[in-house]
Amino acid sequence: MAAMLELNDIHVFYGAIHAIQGISLTVREGEIVSLIGANGAGKSTTLNTICGLIRPKNGSITFMGNDITHLSPADIVKLGISQVPEGRRIFTNMTVLENLELGAYKRADKDGIRQDIEDVYKRFPRLKERQRQIAGTLSGGEQQMLAIGRALMARPRLLLMDEPSMGLAPILVKEIFEIIKEINNAGTTILLVEQNAHMALSIANRAYVLETGRIALEGPANELADNPQVQKAYLGG
Amino acid sequence: MAVLLQQLLNGISLGSIYALLALGYTMVYGIINLINFAHGDVYMIGAYIGFIATALLGLGFIPALLLSMAISALLGMAIEKVAYRPLRNSSRIALLITAIGMSLLLEYTTMYIAGPDTRSFPTVLTNRQYSFMSGQVNISSMQLYILVISIMLMILLQFIVQRTKIGKAMRAVSMDKDAAQLMGINVDTTISATFAIGSALAGAAGILVGIYYNSIDPLMGITPGLKAFIAAVFGGIGSIPGAMVGGLLLGMIETLVSGYLNSNYRDAVAFVILIIILLIKPSGLLGKNTGEKV
Ligand SMILES: Nc1ncnc2c1ncn2[C@@H]1O[C@H](COP(=O)(O)OP(=O)(O)OP(=O)(O)O)[C@@H](O)[C@H]1O
Ligand SMILES: [Mg+2]
Repeated sequence: MAAMLELNDIHVFYGAIHAIQGISLTVREGEIVSLIGANGAGKSTTLNTICGLIRPKNGSITFMGNDITHLSPADIVKLGISQVPEGRRIFTNMTVLENLELGAYKRADKDGIRQDIEDVYKRFPRLKERQRQIAGTLSGGEQQMLAIGRALMARPRLLLMDEPSMGLAPILVKEIFEIIKEINNAGTTILLVEQNAHMALSIANRAYVLETGRIALEGPANELADNPQVQKAYLGG
Repeated sequence: MAVLLQQLLNGISLGSIYALLALGYTMVYGIINLINFAHGDVYMIGAYIGFIATALLGLGFIPALLLSMAISALLGMAIEKVAYRPLRNSSRIALLITAIGMSLLLEYTTMYIAGPDTRSFPTVLTNRQYSFMSGQVNISSMQLYILVISIMLMILLQFIVQRTKIGKAMRAVSMDKDAAQLMGINVDTTISATFAIGSALAGAAGILVGIYYNSIDPLMGITPGLKAFIAAVFGGIGSIPGAMVGGLLLGMIETLVSGYLNSNYRDAVAFVILIIILLIKPSGLLGKNTGEKV
């Protein structure tokens, strides 16, 4: 399979803090790739750099053959990368429907947008019942579903997800992972950041382990799940 | 009773001017957390454009109003781009000082070009008086114009903010800039549009006041600017309905005070309100509690 996304020796600084210290990674079309690592390892920074919210100091990012290293976040969305950000970051003062409409901000096909809103409602029936409700009044799980639905509204080819299971009850965590698989089966490539390494490795094709801004391990997800180092550090045994 | 009604009518006209101006303060604050002290001067420029359009170009009222709004919008965008955008990641105090500098620049540039003297508008509208309650309550056609135009502009604004794509982008950027960028929203363009809309409203207020009081001068923006800022804080800075309510209330309170107490207290009242609001409910009547304010 062809490489869809390629990060090549990326370095990111926050002032004097060298948060990402030379990351290279690849996501191929159709895959689920997991990125795991401890708090502060640089997972969110990596995703935000891909989206253009943060500029790398060195290195390059290519997506479907385009160099996107210096593109604006808006152009990157337009090329087909969306993110479900850490902490959901839905627009809490706006309605559920308005949040979904904003997800389709770069699109002009009104009929397609309407159709996709219906598709999101089909996937998440609870959002449909609450479409006129202010998003801030949704439960945590519903907010996560809205964040996912909103990202899908851009019709991404590559979906970046930053800890989608954070703060959810175990049953909802299972549901979210089921949804991730469904989205992937429907043809969207996924780069998944997770603290829940067990789940993340169980659904991924491949995975990367990030430690203080560097990639410590990489490989097929099942091999990493069997790796004693990974088991000790991330799988609680 | 008739006196009270008369005062309220006058208060609503004055208040809708404050509301138009307060909207610009509150929208800009909502999106970049800046009290744009140059806003009152955009209103002054709007009045001067109105003067040029009517007295020198001989335009009628509506074309002059539209021209003044358009040029004010461009001015607002230029101010943002030149003075505020380069400082977007600087400290708030740097921004605030820049805004004050921009205000002085506009005032004294106008003074240099147009001279410090007060100028009077030509009569572009026939001013009729309409009387009610056997002549005890009067409303002038000019007051009606102010009222109707302000209300129309506020409805238009609500429509833009609530229903259009750029309005949704403005709300999204106000709430969370990074999340807005992840939607593909261009933050610079959106902030620019916010300045354009707020400044167009200020320009409209400027020409309305110019025609109503029939006099303009380069420093005319200072006091109404301050009052409108107070109105915005009163209503809840960052809140659009708050700015409308705050402006109308402030206008009515001021006219009631000058009608029933003493017109010398009129200006003091606004500041008393500011102090009380800051002490009791800093988030304002319709604002959310969000801690620190400038
Ligand atoms: N805006 C910022 N300014 C300064 N330092 C930052 C900023 N954001 C992140 N960092 C630092 O960069 C490093 C990586 O942070 P990042 O948020 O990418 O980690 P993470 O792997 O996503 O962690 P978590 O699992 O807690 O979400 C950390 O040391 C963090 O303190
Ligand atoms: Mg993170």
